[in-house]
Amino acid sequence: MSTRVKTYLNNQTHPAPLAVFRIGFGVMMLLSILRFWWNGWIETLYILPKFHFSYYGFEWIKPIGDYTYLIFAVCGISAFLVAIGLKYRIAIIAFFLSFTYIELMDKSAYLNHYYFISVLSFLMIFLPANAYFSVDNLLKKKTYTAIPKWTIDSIKLLVGVVYIYAGFAKINSDWLFKAMPLKIWLPSKYDLPFIGNSFMQQEWFHYAMSWSGMIYDLIIPFLLITKRTRWFAFGLVVFFHVFTRVLFPIGMFPYIMIVTTLIFFDADFHLRILNVFRKLLKPFRVYSENLKTQIYHCKKQKLVLPIITLFFVFQITFPFRYLLYPNELFWTEEGFRFSWRVMLMEKMGNTAFKIVDSETGHGFLVDNSDFLTSFQEKQMSFQPDFILEYAHYLGDHFKSQGHKNVQVFAESYVALNGRLSQPYIDTRIDLYKEKESFRSKNWILPFHDEIKGF
Amino acid sequence: MIKNIALVFGLALIMGCSSTDDSDKGGSGTDDFDRSALLKNLADNIIIPAYQDFGPKLTTLKGSIESFVATPNQSTLEAARKNWLIAYKAWQHVEMFNIGKAEALNEYYYFMNIYPVTVSDIENGVSTGNYDLNTPNYHDAQGFPALDYLLYGVAADDAGIVAKFTSDPKAEGYKDYLTDVINRMDNLTQQVITDWTSGYRDQFVNSSKNTATSSLNKFVNDFIFYYEKGLRANKIGIPSGVFSTTPLADKVEGYYNQEVSKALTLEALNAVQDVFNGKSFNGSTTGASFKTYLEYLKVDRNGQNLSAIINAQFNEARTKIEGLNSNFSKQIVTDNTKMTVAYDALQRAVVYLKVDMVQAFNISVDYVDADGD
Repeated sequence: MSTRVKTYLNNQTHPAPLAVFRIGFGVMMLLSILRFWWNGWIETLYILPKFHFSYYGFEWIKPIGDYTYLIFAVCGISAFLVAIGLKYRIAIIAFFLSFTYIELMDKSAYLNHYYFISVLSFLMIFLPANAYFSVDNLLKKKTYTAIPKWTIDSIKLLVGVVYIYAGFAKINSDWLFKAMPLKIWLPSKYDLPFIGNSFMQQEWFHYAMSWSGMIYDLIIPFLLITKRTRWFAFGLVVFFHVFTRVLFPIGMFPYIMIVTTLIFFDADFHLRILNVFRKLLKPFRVYSENLKTQIYHCKKQKLVLPIITLFFVFQITFPFRYLLYPNELFWTEEGFRFSWRVMLMEKMGNTAFKIVDSETGHGFLVDNSDFLTSFQEKQMSFQPDFILEYAHYLGDHFKSQGHKNVQVFAESYVALNGRLSQPYIDTRIDLYKEKESFRSKNWILPFHDEIKGF
Repeated sequence: MIKNIALVFGLALIMGCSSTDDSDKGGSGTDDFDRSALLKNLADNIIIPAYQDFGPKLTTLKGSIESFVATPNQSTLEAARKNWLIAYKAWQHVEMFNIGKAEALNEYYYFMNIYPVTVSDIENGVSTGNYDLNTPNYHDAQGFPALDYLLYGVAADDAGIVAKFTSDPKAEGYKDYLTDVINRMDNLTQQVITDWTSGYRDQFVNSSKNTATSSLNKFVNDFIFYYEKGLRANKIGIPSGVFSTTPLADKVEGYYNQEVSKALTLEALNAVQDVFNGKSFNGSTTGASFKTYLEYLKVDRNGQNLSAIINAQFNEARTKIEGLNSNFSKQIVTDNTKMTVAYDALQRAVVYLKVDMVQAFNISVDYVDADGD
């Protein structure tokens, strides 16, 4: 290890930013879980469906009936404990595990920002986020005046990776030169006050939004990290995320990002926030003046640093795995998820399955609504791994019903970013014989077009 | 350096957000498409006129059934049959409008056109006088399909059918059942028409936002649902065995009449295409419609507007259907592949409507209730 790295790792900084981050993260997560519960989505997404789409290798993770609520309860309670900093390490581990379990239960509900939460909470397991302004301080009767600087920087790095990769993903011909999919999405916001009937209908505005979105994602981490531009950058963050919240149904994500970017500010700023909290807590007579103060030393730094290094190597390389697949990424979606490709595509499909007796050649079409919720059907219709998994489910189902020599064929049409719907799956392939793997799926029909770029 | 980038970006953003005019360069429409006009055209020139055509025809049918019940003979039977077909054809123009009162009645069309009928339910009702047409159990024992059975299929020939209403020991039961069916159809229809003409029209026309419950979005969903289920699946797909291991020739519409299944299907397809193009029910003028909306949005695919592609697909499906036997049951028995070819042509349009058109409209669909990203 070079001396520069060593010096960097020994740099200390005030723990206030990490404490504020911990509180903000915990509160946002608690609100997210409550909102999810309140909207009845636990029921509609995880309890009602007869069948759940699994991630390859995680087929064993399923909703557990009414006990699914318990997982959400664990997740919400641990988020609260994280916020107040009580038994922080156990709480953040419980949060990471329960949240990730929830995300793995059904991939129909995959969202990049859920993945972001999982990844971020994993990183937080290794950070001393309870070193300051936490209940743990009160219990242990000591607080810390300094923590290693790299702990705060690691969160900044992760946020930077997310933004920059999201920006890179926007450097493609559909986004920049066709203003797709914004050209489809924005005109439909015609009922927004003031801008709905004007800007939203203008082609130049669709292009302006596409380009500025790309530039925003690419440069915002640098603007945030530079002291002189920080407030300006934060203003942009607020504007950008509130604007996207107005336009699109993206739930809590914009607020989570706004709170997250506060980490870029200096300790003074966070101390002022904490002073506000202190004033609010005054009626509760919490006395923290008598705590012993000391400098935080990461006892297991030798173990933690390699883990965090590996974590970032993974984060930086994994989104590029699509390069290993020969076909158009947006069309086959091989390597699309877990890569910060956010709001890049308007893709819809219609997929019908035919169950055929290979001996007699007789067959019949399946009514998808007999097996899937409309939300699942919508997701299944344009994603090959969903189509394959569902084909196997149907094959197994009809086999168990006594059908003989079962073959499963799919007739699928998919439309991507304003192109006419076109055949998606080779109708001659018996999907019941095809196995899921990381290999390229040769039964996806060619795209007949090219989207240049990342 | 970073300061410069920030400056450029900031300027770009300010320019992007502040200039209010000089915006026509891209050739994109400066006027907003008036979705309310689309709804007005639908309501005033298509939906209400279609109901006002159907309502009196159904009342005429009711009158001729009353005459038949009063004096059952060959000529009153034929008059009732003639008016049955006239009303059934007019029905094809309103079945898709499952919105407003029609929806509030727990699906008006459930009481009007669920087929095949369950003959045993009708016969039991006739024998015992014990039936409740208001309940879901009797969805498939009333409406046009029940009239089809009672006027065409209750006995092997016309003399036998008239006998069922005269000399048969259960003649009174048949008369009561027939009367109850047509009265119920007429009653529900009057309720739907009254609702449209006394207030609902304004509510329908003014609800043009892009939300899951706006009439515009609901109408688009209902329209596609009808085309996919009521037309494609019920009239052609199910009888030709697309959804079953073997063809089901007895599941055609107007099964007992034996010669109108094609005519009814063509009528329905015309109705669908006219709604798509915004063509007035009474006349040939066209107004704001899905077609003009797609044109406004410049939804060009492979060198032509999506509306042209969809119309071409409707026309292709029509040609395929026109080549079928006027009695689909017969067609299924003699050469079912022609039926499945017609099905495929109809199905391709489902994809154009459900995927391409809905995507272009970017409709907030009612069934997807979760965050996006």
